[in-house]
Amino acid sequence: MSRETYLNIATLAVLAGVPLWAWMADEPFTITLATRAVIFALAGVGLNLALGLGGLVSLGHAAFFGIGGYAMGILASHAQSYTPLIEVPFVIEGTKSMIVIWLVAILASALAALAIGVLSLRTSGVYFIMITLAFGQMIYYFAISWPAYGGEDGLSIYLRNDFPGVNTLMPMQFFGLCFAILCLVLVGMNLLQKSAFGLALSAARQNETRVLSVGMEPYKLRLVAFVISGAITGLAGALFADLNRFVSPTMLSWQMSGEIMIFIIIGGVGRLFGPVIGAMIFILLEHVLGGLSEFWHVYLGALLLGIVLFAKGGVIGALAGREKAHD
Amino acid sequence: MTPLLFIEQLLNGLQFGVMLFLMSAGLTLVFGVMGLINLAHGSLYMIGAFAAAAVAAATGSFILALMASLAAAALAGALIELTIIRRLYDRDHLDQVLATFALILIFSEGTRWLFGSFPLFLDVPAALAGPVTLPGGIEYPTYRLTIIVIGFLVAAGMFALINRTRIGIRIRAGEADREMIAALGVDIAKLYTFVFALGAALAGFAGALVGAIQSVQVGMGEPVLILAFVVIVIGGIGSIKGAFVGALLVGLTDTMGRFLLPQVFALFMEPSAAVSIGSALASMLIYILMAGVLVMRPRGLYGVS
Repeated sequence: MSRETYLNIATLAVLAGVPLWAWMADEPFTITLATRAVIFALAGVGLNLALGLGGLVSLGHAAFFGIGGYAMGILASHAQSYTPLIEVPFVIEGTKSMIVIWLVAILASALAALAIGVLSLRTSGVYFIMITLAFGQMIYYFAISWPAYGGEDGLSIYLRNDFPGVNTLMPMQFFGLCFAILCLVLVGMNLLQKSAFGLALSAARQNETRVLSVGMEPYKLRLVAFVISGAITGLAGALFADLNRFVSPTMLSWQMSGEIMIFIIIGGVGRLFGPVIGAMIFILLEHVLGGLSEFWHVYLGALLLGIVLFAKGGVIGALAGREKAHD
Repeated sequence: MTPLLFIEQLLNGLQFGVMLFLMSAGLTLVFGVMGLINLAHGSLYMIGAFAAAAVAAATGSFILALMASLAAAALAGALIELTIIRRLYDRDHLDQVLATFALILIFSEGTRWLFGSFPLFLDVPAALAGPVTLPGGIEYPTYRLTIIVIGFLVAAGMFALINRTRIGIRIRAGEADREMIAALGVDIAKLYTFVFALGAALAGFAGALVGAIQSVQVGMGEPVLILAFVVIVIGGIGSIKGAFVGALLVGLTDTMGRFLLPQVFALFMEPSAAVSIGSALASMLIYILMAGVLVMRPRGLYGVS
């Protein structure tokens, strides 16, 4: 096994071990922090598919995170007020079932990613960054000015949604659920990276002309990657809204997009576990520095600047060495 | 809807547009010449506004406040160019995005630490405080009209600088071929610092001018930054002319959309629904415009492919 594999196993052990310890020691707040880390990691894993593997610097992934969140918020708010979502042409009721909510969140964010991707992927480089950012803002402003679901104030949900056989209101059980999803997605991502599609996508990042010349279409590869990426981030958004029992336009804001990107950078771009390690460190920093000073973003900024300027490859790059050349 | 109100809204759109031009000009030049995407441009806008508010509070002079905004933003711009930004020119866009995002965090929290979380206020100077009567009997705030005039003057100045002066030739040459003009003996590092500081000064100036209409607060720069991105995507990255056309287009579309759309929907809907749908749609209008331009011309209106 490579050093990176050891590091990955250690990461998972810490991520599962800390809340287990907190559960024994009866520290529910720590479990909630760990759940936040797991959900942020999931959002990061989603973005990492587009960013790391596809080379698509999307600064609009908060859109999918927020759409997932609102999918949960809208369905659950209709369920708790016993009003149908729409009545014509047929009745759609709200729901408190997590499985249905996740499916809707995945579908809605995938559709949004498809619409944004079709337009944005016509461009590349810096245009792509700005356009994804602008579309993200468009959805953000729409959520703020649309009064039906709380507008600027957001939506509160009184009770966490239901999952068969799990008491989701117990922090440890909800953590377990999120952790299981993260592990499943990581396994899926590992398979996807090694699949023909993953290799072609990676190739399109490294050398577009060659990919074109062997008869594949980078545009289609990237669009598929962007949609899957948006869907995963959307699922994370639904979980995040469920964790807080609250969804607001903040989830759609561009600072959120920046933060999801920060997870990846701290951990290591394009590494399977990069966003996981990055999200853990981010939550740790938020907790430790946030306790030290109200202005902890200054330190976060300085740290980020240091990583970008001097430590390319993030934590995994520093601990496990550069990625091996694939030959 | 009266024609007077319509013309007033047109002027508001124009004023918004020229402000966006001041923001976009620096952004598009920095990208065109140095190939750098600078998210911290909004922070320079904020620095200008805060410098102006602080100087106005201390001296009571609006002219001094405007000069302070130019100086502070140019200084901050030159400083970050010399220490950080210049390490980013040959990095990929991801690094640039992250490093400048880090700068936003530092600048925003630093300003919050210095000035506190409460908004500051910058008063419109007494000489420009009242309304002015335009031909046709339209009453319009003198200050906003002054902003429009200043905006057009700056735009003319920028065109002259780029097209008529030696520095402008170098900037254009830098856009076309960086290595070549370095080989011809132009001190490219100094040119970069100058262009960056110039863009920063314009952003800071815009911040100070707008600060007198809105409040001066942390985070004021980022919404404008994103609009400026929309502007330069529409206009074509690197083109001052594109930035100007794009800025006016975005300013007018946004203002007129917010004004007209609720009224259009009110023609066939009940008023409350018309207002909520109209304003929700109006907030998305410029992005729809951007998407439309991209479908027609992926490189923007005046972009070179």
